Amino acid sequence: MADPILKVSNLCTYFHTKAGVVKSVDDVSFEVAPGEILGVVGESGSGKSVTGFSIMGLVDPPGRVDGGSIVFDGRDLVGLDDGQMRRLRGKRIAMIFQDPMMTLNPVLRIDTQMIEALTAHITISNEEARQRCRDALGMVGIPSPDERLKSYPHQFSGGMRQRVAIAIALLHNPELIIADEPTTALDVTIQAQILYEIQRLVSEHNTAMLWITHDLSVIAGLAQRVAVMYAGKVVETGTVAEVIDRPLHPYTNGLIGSVPSRNRRGEPLAQIPGMTPSPLNLPQGCAFRTRCPKADEACAVQPGITAPLPNRFIRCFHPVEAQEVIGEAVSA
Amino acid sequence: MTVFIIRRTLQAVIVLLVMSAIVFLGVFAIGDPVAILISPDATQADIDAAIRNLGLDKPIWEQYLVFLGNALQGNLGDSFVYNEPAIRLILQRMPATLELAVVAVLLSIFVGIPLGMWAGLRPSGVAGKSIMVGSIFGFSLPNFWQGIMLILLFAVILGWLPAFGRGDTAEFLGIRSSLWTLDGWAHIILPAINLALFNTSLVIRLTRASVREVIGLDYVKFARAKGLSRRRVVGVHVMKNIMIPLVTVIGLELASLIAFAVVTETVFAWPGMGKLIIDSIFVLDRPVIVAYMMIIVLMFIAINLIVDILYSVFDPRVRLSDMKR
Repeated sequence: MADPILKVSNLCTYFHTKAGVVKSVDDVSFEVAPGEILGVVGESGSGKSVTGFSIMGLVDPPGRVDGGSIVFDGRDLVGLDDGQMRRLRGKRIAMIFQDPMMTLNPVLRIDTQMIEALTAHITISNEEARQRCRDALGMVGIPSPDERLKSYPHQFSGGMRQRVAIAIALLHNPELIIADEPTTALDVTIQAQILYEIQRLVSEHNTAMLWITHDLSVIAGLAQRVAVMYAGKVVETGTVAEVIDRPLHPYTNGLIGSVPSRNRRGEPLAQIPGMTPSPLNLPQGCAFRTRCPKADEACAVQPGITAPLPNRFIRCFHPVEAQEVIGEAVSA
Repeated sequence: MTVFIIRRTLQAVIVLLVMSAIVFLGVFAIGDPVAILISPDATQADIDAAIRNLGLDKPIWEQYLVFLGNALQGNLGDSFVYNEPAIRLILQRMPATLELAVVAVLLSIFVGIPLGMWAGLRPSGVAGKSIMVGSIFGFSLPNFWQGIMLILLFAVILGWLPAFGRGDTAEFLGIRSSLWTLDGWAHIILPAINLALFNTSLVIRLTRASVREVIGLDYVKFARAKGLSRRRVVGVHVMKNIMIPLVTVIGLELASLIAFAVVTETVFAWPGMGKLIIDSIFVLDRPVIVAYMMIIVLMFIAINLIVDILYSVFDPRVRLSDMKR
């Protein structure tokens, strides 16, 4: 595999609130190579979105990157000043957001919002900029881009708006795209179209992609590797096929078991008991131990990263045994 | 659009009719202007003659119909006191009030919005907090007291600015105003600040609240993720969204500044409409009161119409064809 374009090591992003320190991202490491899609899976509040914002340098106070490094193309983004970070954002690292209804400014026309993304980074004539915007809209499958450029966001459907947001993200052919649940708010048919477009564009341009989602079935069909996050930590990483076929962390096992499947029709769905712990009051040691069927006294100590199988990394003292696997391969 | 404006105009006529009837009856109910206007030692014959002259001997409904008939021809009656057309009296003083109100509104816009944005963008900073505390004083201290303090400080103690009155006027582009002379500006600064203080505070608080709301929304974060400069994000993406609530409030404030500049005009002896209406109410000068009210109502209607049209400029989701009311 090619050298990673993004290498996140021991990233810690903490929110210093009045009620205490919330460790939204705690000691997270992963890497993404050009042309690769890395899925980041977790429940709400697991820190997956904050990870994305940390890479973009868009964590707002009281949040702050408190440790670790984010090496992008050989340069550590942690500690870059605003101006240097701004020149990277949108140009070499782009982001797509979850809710297409909210990502476009309702009072500005599409052409304004697209052209400003171009002129923020390059000097370009108005006519040339329009041409590039038209091309970008055409590329994501928006018909009659000429008229569409003159429209306002409210004249688009949700799926169309997400296509526009993707077109904006692709304007500069970024080397890395961070997609924060971009298809969660869309209908399944639209979701499939968008996923197809993204897969095509990523492989055409050899773009690295971080796909943040809570939906394992999307990851199963899209990503090459997956990182499972729980309570601010990556608890399991590996290739998608291996992790889904043979989860090693009890949380991943529970997550896969919660996906409805045709082969287990009629049986009650397996659930993970309990709720995500409050980020202000995480259990000592492994944060999952209060909900984990395999937890014992050993789990009161934070487990380090181990590799029970080749190229499979987990944070757990008691990896799931083969016969304990609940689910089976989730197909997209 | 045309239908919208025609409908608005019809509504305006109805509002004007209802309002004139209410004011007419109201002034009639308060008292008899003849008793105030005529000298105490006048004979009964003089009094009767005065009543006949003013048309007050007829029953109230007949007086009202006569008034309406005249009003349709653009004549709102002569002032009982000055014996001049009421409308001319008011129009004579209107420029003074208008220039005061316009300067005050401009002050509240160009001071209020930047301060409000500052406080909204840096809510935990010392400056942001001071601005918010200051704005509380701005709209909780009584207006007349603020005026007196301004005079005391800048006119009496420091002696920088004149304490009262309107400065020299000059004519420019066919408009006669004290804004074209330096002396005029020296005179208008204090009353304009006094008039603007309340509104500036209101604009500061509204701007801050809107900025706080908009800044956390996804589209602002997305704009930042595009690599836009901070100036562009705040100046275009945030600004255009907070203008929608601001235009409403500033529009209504302009109208109420013109209508209710009474306190400031009294404190600073400013020869505007506010002072005229107060004097007229004291002597029950009905034609002036009614004419004044009608002009004010017209102005509110016009400003509301402009605000509605401005909505569609700032918010593309509002289409004028959708405006049914």
